[in-house]
Amino acid sequence: MTGHLLSVVVFLPLAGAVLLLAVPRWAEGVLRGGALAVAVLAFVVSLALWTGFDARQADYQFVEDMRWMPSLGVGYHLGLDGISLLLVLLTTLLSPIALGSAWRAIEDRTKEFVITMLVLETGMLGVFVSLDLFLFYVFWEGMLIPMYFVIGVWGGENRIYAAIKFVLYTMAGSVLMLVAILALYAQHGAATGAYTFDLPTLERWVMPRGLAQNLMFAAFALAFAIKVPLFPFHTWLPDAHVEAPTAGSIILAGVLLKMGTYGFLRFCLPLFPDASMRYAPVIFALAVVGVIYGAWVSTVQPDLKKLVAYSSVSHLGFVMLGIFTLNVQGMVGGVIQMINHGLSTGALFLMVGMIYERRHTRLIADFGGLWTVIPAFSAVFMVVVLSSLGLPGLNGFVGEFLVLLGTFRAHPVLATFATTGIIFAAVYLLWMYQRVIFGEVTSEANRRLRDLSPREWAVVVPLLVFIVLIGVAPSPFTGRTEASVKALIARVESKAGASAAAAATAQARP
Amino acid sequence: MSTSVWLIPAFPLAGALINMLFGRLTGRRASWIAVPALLGSFLAACAVFSRVWHGEIVTARLYPWIQGGEFTTAVSVAVDPLTGVMLLVITGVGFLIHVYSVGYMHDDPGYARYFAYLNLFVFSMTMLVLASNFLLLYVFWEAVGLCSYLLIGFWYTRPAAAQAGKKAFIVNRVGDLGFGLGVMWLWVAVGSLDYADVFKAAGSMEPATATWIALLLFMGACGKSAQIPLHVWLPDAMEGPTPVSALIHAATMVTAGVYMVARSHVLFERSGVALDVVAAIGVATAVFAATIGLVQTDIKRVLAYSTVSQLGYMFAAVGIGAYAAGIFHLVTHAFFKALLFLGAGSVIHGMNGEQDLRKMGDLSKRMMATTITMGIGALGLAGMLPLAGFWSKDEILAAAFFGHRRVLWGLLVAGAFMTAFYTFRMFFLAFFGSPRMSREVAHHVHESPRSMTWPLVILAVLTTVTGLAVGIPLEHGSPFERFLAPVFARLEEAHSPVAALALAVLSVVVVAAGILLAWMLYHVRRVKAEEVGQPRTWVHALLLNAWYVDAIYDRLIVQPLYALSVLLARAFDLGVIDGIVNGLGRAVTGWAAGFRRLQTGFVVNYALTMLVGAVLLVGYLLTR
Repeated sequence: MTGHLLSVVVFLPLAGAVLLLAVPRWAEGVLRGGALAVAVLAFVVSLALWTGFDARQADYQFVEDMRWMPSLGVGYHLGLDGISLLLVLLTTLLSPIALGSAWRAIEDRTKEFVITMLVLETGMLGVFVSLDLFLFYVFWEGMLIPMYFVIGVWGGENRIYAAIKFVLYTMAGSVLMLVAILALYAQHGAATGAYTFDLPTLERWVMPRGLAQNLMFAAFALAFAIKVPLFPFHTWLPDAHVEAPTAGSIILAGVLLKMGTYGFLRFCLPLFPDASMRYAPVIFALAVVGVIYGAWVSTVQPDLKKLVAYSSVSHLGFVMLGIFTLNVQGMVGGVIQMINHGLSTGALFLMVGMIYERRHTRLIADFGGLWTVIPAFSAVFMVVVLSSLGLPGLNGFVGEFLVLLGTFRAHPVLATFATTGIIFAAVYLLWMYQRVIFGEVTSEANRRLRDLSPREWAVVVPLLVFIVLIGVAPSPFTGRTEASVKALIARVESKAGASAAAAATAQARP
Repeated sequence: MSTSVWLIPAFPLAGALINMLFGRLTGRRASWIAVPALLGSFLAACAVFSRVWHGEIVTARLYPWIQGGEFTTAVSVAVDPLTGVMLLVITGVGFLIHVYSVGYMHDDPGYARYFAYLNLFVFSMTMLVLASNFLLLYVFWEAVGLCSYLLIGFWYTRPAAAQAGKKAFIVNRVGDLGFGLGVMWLWVAVGSLDYADVFKAAGSMEPATATWIALLLFMGACGKSAQIPLHVWLPDAMEGPTPVSALIHAATMVTAGVYMVARSHVLFERSGVALDVVAAIGVATAVFAATIGLVQTDIKRVLAYSTVSQLGYMFAAVGIGAYAAGIFHLVTHAFFKALLFLGAGSVIHGMNGEQDLRKMGDLSKRMMATTITMGIGALGLAGMLPLAGFWSKDEILAAAFFGHRRVLWGLLVAGAFMTAFYTFRMFFLAFFGSPRMSREVAHHVHESPRSMTWPLVILAVLTTVTGLAVGIPLEHGSPFERFLAPVFARLEEAHSPVAALALAVLSVVVVAAGILLAWMLYHVRRVKAEEVGQPRTWVHALLLNAWYVDAIYDRLIVQPLYALSVLLARAFDLGVIDGIVNGLGRAVTGWAAGFRRLQTGFVVNYALTMLVGAVLLVGYLLTR
């Protein structure tokens, strides 16, 4: 069993989904409870990954490597390193929370909903642990389908438009990535004689620099940039968030966006180091623009969900900055910032969902004076807002500071621009908070709202715990990431050096 | 034993957590937890101080905090004489203000929340001065800003309070942008953020680098300590409860900038230019804010602008290298300004919430204790002999004069004149002359309860004796200065006693003149309420509107940025970017509709197309 721990974690939700198929659709309580139990179980099992993980080791751990389609060089290869460990745990943490948030919100087709969510969880986990490009692509695309249904079936009024936009936009990027995967497969096979999709093998191979590498990088980068979303590929995000149900938004913001940034770390940097370094300035520039642009556009949104959606553009800009600094501080900060964004923005969507359930509106103008009516909600909301704006002592600060420190080392002027993001974050979040929570109660409909229920407490407290924990004691989290990040940097540098040497010898030859 | 150091922040932190998590249970009894927590903190601070007094430097380390590669910082603290003094002021004045709050906030529905925030503030502020590295300093620098935000907006149903809280936080974040960049640069330049490493390395740092870092750090100080151009949040912060104004926006938090610059003086000295900038900004703010204080009609706003101005004096002091004098003024100011704010609170409490000086007058008849203590506070602020404010201000003026900064000195003397004038204008308007309040209010005017007057008395005593006890300059500096000598590693040079005496006499004369002018204009002459605060000249209008700085910021920064954001959100994001995305989608649909016509369903058409294709392909292959 321990030899297959990763497989167990990944496929546990799917197995649960299959079991729930047998439950009749009228037994909604059993369906909800069962799905939640499965998701919680997956989280508990995934804790074994945390405790069993050796932080000193940079290499993949809990590896499972089996043959799948040997004639094509496709393997069932799973593994976990310091970068994916935290993302896997984030996924198993947010999934039960998302299910819990939907307890009352989803009343239509409950059976299909909980099954879809569990299938989605398996898809997301698969993306983070696949060490075979073919397997990765299967999970990457496979996970689109349940998300499409979550938005398209259980979404708001304009859900069909949003769901189609989400899928088409993502597909446009992934199709090019598929072409690049095949090209990489072919090129590696031609050069070494071994046709394989195995990621560690491909990572070790020094690809010649030049047009082919640049094009492959561009294809991968486009797919991931859309997912992140990196400015200017972000316009699917506000639509998807506004239409998605709360549970969908939590997963979308919390986990799905991280697949983009994870992709850059796991694939773009080690596979195409020369191209990554060459285009790093472009990514840097887009990331900084995203940080500021996202914050500005966020400020003037009248809709709470859109405000949070655009704030994601800003926050993910920080992650991208961190990744492309190619130094330890920036990259560790980027990884931590991914987790923090998942926690803080997940919590923001959760809270927005709670007041939406009560009032059926998300317009800021419809609220005001909520502290008087629902003080506990308001206090929790305050903590979440502070975490999102990067207040020291809470989680957001740790990631942002390390990212900015890394950026400052690499590029002080850009770091200065990016740092203005912390001012604008305070502007849009505190202004929103002021209009929603402070002041007199302006609308009669708000006068009788009820405060947090025990179920809502149960859903939000785990997030608060990690928000505080990472803020106060981040070392266990950064410590588990650092070795892998260092190894990644070393790999990028050594490969870039090797390909440069190869290019030099090629030129020296008559 | 280093645990006693941790007790200083631990008591108020525990108090804050209890009242936050169980506020519904503690309710009216919140102060039973919060006030003893402060007393415990104060006693722990005394214990640590006595060790520092004997020459020890107390250090303690809790655990490593943020780490990444070669970057590492710990939660670690150190108490030297400078921190020791700060700790006594924070916990001592903090304790008095907690006691005062018991009476002042008596009927407030948010009693538990209030004490939770206040405890949280003291925790953060003590950690700010305890921190022994720049990152931890930065953390609590922002944390006190959070407490300030929460307490300014404490009465959250009032839109002005919520607005002021947000403004304070955002303006402070502008300063923190600089502070944060300064910290990062410091690490890149030195490779460590520990005070010890940084100050050791600062001596050999490239002066240009030192200048940049020092100025960035100073930007943070401008935000926190309300110096030009980031002073705009402090007057608005008066929306908070008055004890909060006393503790946070006068005595402690706003002095964090002064503390930070004094703490980092090695770095500022290495730069040189940075020190000059600090001095210039300090003097400019001291005079600028004093001019605005001349015409304010709200009792708390007079004190707020006075705070901005006095902080300017402190920066002027550290800017000209008189660090001990700056810190001494910080201490005396904490006493007399806390006293004045608490006195003003007593007035407001007695008058049922009235803050307008035009509706006061003759309060001395009903509020004897408040009048006397506030009179002492006013003399202290004006800097009259022999009160504490005289000694600390005089040292700053002397340092400027003997440091050959004659222009700065002249401006500071002019500021001292204005200070004396506006302080006593406020004093006479409130306590003397004919009563100008409505009959109803007049009927209710009453002295405040004991829990409020006792802190006033203690602060009045401190205002009176501190200068005489430790502030008299002797041959080798004042006792206070000598105590801080290990931190600043220097003493101000001795000056010719005759010149020093002449300066002191001049200072007394200037202050007396200011008081006299106020007495003539607002006591001898009958005050017509409708004339006070009515702009008669453009200068008067300029001062009443605080030099229009807020209006200028609004016009030049806030509104353009807002308009730009709206434009980006509506026109650019939805129009251009999303327009392209949707346009691509439509284009594909359009092409597809066109291509669909090719699928005619007639086999002959397909066959023909295949033939054409085959011919083209063969032709291509042949001609290649």
